[in-house]
Amino acid sequence: MDKPLLKVNNIDVFHETFQALWDVSLVVNADEIVCLGGANASGKSSLLQAVSGFLRPARGNIEFDGQEISRLTPPQIVSLGLSQVPEGRQVFPDMTVLENLIMGSYNRRARTKRKEMLKVVYELFPILEEREKQVAKTLSGGEQQMLAIGRGLMASPKLLLLDEMSLGLAPIVVNEIYKVLSEIHSRGISILFVEENLKRSFQHAKRAYILKTGRVVLKGNIAELQEEEELKRAYFGIAQS
Amino acid sequence: MISDLALPLVMGILLGGLYAMIALGLSLVFGVMKLMNLAHGDFIILSSFLAFAMSSSFGFDPILSLLIIIPLFFGMGMLIQRYLLNRAFRISMEAPLIITIGISLIIQNLCQIIWSPASRALSSFYALKTFEIGPINIPLVYLLDFFAALVTMLALREFLKRTYLGRAITASSQHEKAALMVGIDTTRIYVFTFALATGIAAISGVFFGLTFSFSPSSGVNLLILAFGVVIMGGLGSMLGTFLSGVVFGLSQTLGGYFLGTTAQWLVTFVIVLIILAIRPRGIFTR
Repeated sequence: MDKPLLKVNNIDVFHETFQALWDVSLVVNADEIVCLGGANASGKSSLLQAVSGFLRPARGNIEFDGQEISRLTPPQIVSLGLSQVPEGRQVFPDMTVLENLIMGSYNRRARTKRKEMLKVVYELFPILEEREKQVAKTLSGGEQQMLAIGRGLMASPKLLLLDEMSLGLAPIVVNEIYKVLSEIHSRGISILFVEENLKRSFQHAKRAYILKTGRVVLKGNIAELQEEEELKRAYFGIAQS
Repeated sequence: MISDLALPLVMGILLGGLYAMIALGLSLVFGVMKLMNLAHGDFIILSSFLAFAMSSSFGFDPILSLLIIIPLFFGMGMLIQRYLLNRAFRISMEAPLIITIGISLIIQNLCQIIWSPASRALSSFYALKTFEIGPINIPLVYLLDFFAALVTMLALREFLKRTYLGRAITASSQHEKAALMVGIDTTRIYVFTFALATGIAAISGVFFGLTFSFSPSSGVNLLILAFGVVIMGGLGSMLGTFLSGVVFGLSQTLGGYFLGTTAQWLVTFVIVLIILAIRPRGIFTR
């Protein structure tokens, strides 16, 4: 079962001259659901961006499904079956819900499965079917987040990357979306999600990586991590010696 | 009196179609890649000159010559975006802008070298025909202008709405990063968009040349006109661009009728200023 789907090997990533990631490694196995945690500005988004091709690692490499991807462009990476759901619900604002979803299946591999995936998305988020004809920017924040996830699924990915979802959403809505996450996982799609809220990560993931100022400070099974005293420090920066 | 006014009214609306088409290419490029193509007017005039050359040397009808000019311009647009602008985008936002100034100068000077700075006009057997509606006589060319503009705009709208490629262009204009995330190769989309815009410039050039006289330096005026139509219509709105073109056309013909032809442009741009003061983001903003 432990077949690695995504392997990030010792990468350094820079934003211009600022180093955002230091020697970061991470593995997501096939059929796994993994959480990426850490406080604000700890490098979580930089890591996702490196994986999806928006940032190029200065050192180290990234493999997806046995293929080196750190030199590929974002569209090329999507077509391999690695789909990203951005933070802040970046949907196409003036397109309808359906048009947004159709754009999700833009890459050639996904196009043939479009009808099938659309059915899956509507099963997971019935509200999207109801609002099919509505322009995306008129949706509520939660609905836009669902649309962003649905669009990511339309690429029929093997691995779904989910950036911070809970930003600016009511807790009830976030819980609802997380429930769907495990359903997506049960359909054989691996998931790597970013979550600052510890409780949520523990509920929904089997393993977690915790970043702090661009380095992996903790990793392992949730059960073991829960007991780690250091966790608090990584999150809150509280020095408890 | 009423029949006196009918002519400038009808002419203004018909002319508005042409103006909208002239602005369309500029609007498309700006909408998708946030680039103001300062060579847009010169592309249009280059097309006028090519049609002029083909009709004077080989006796080609100007509208028929579009069969050659459109593919030619489409290819030229692809090459310019692929080898010049896309590379410049990686440097800064200003670099591609400066390149379009360069292209503008090259086209202007090439036209001057080849065809001299003299003013030209496209002629055809229908160029001087008129069309009678009740008491007024409308030049046939104005009707052709309007019809061509309408067909071009509707075709573009359907293309953007119905095809995968068209939707990808729309998606890239609304959110570039999200477009990349769903697997749209935006650099390829840019190449195609720019080619589409130069193709539309080719059509505009032929109809403009049939309607007005032109010289190698006319491109600047067309750029200013297109710019005015685009900002008044609201960026990215096709219906806005069309209505804004009609407002431009009407302000020209009515301004000319009441205040004389020397005041035409003054009237037009005063109206632009007033509309922008009331609706700073254009008539039709999404």
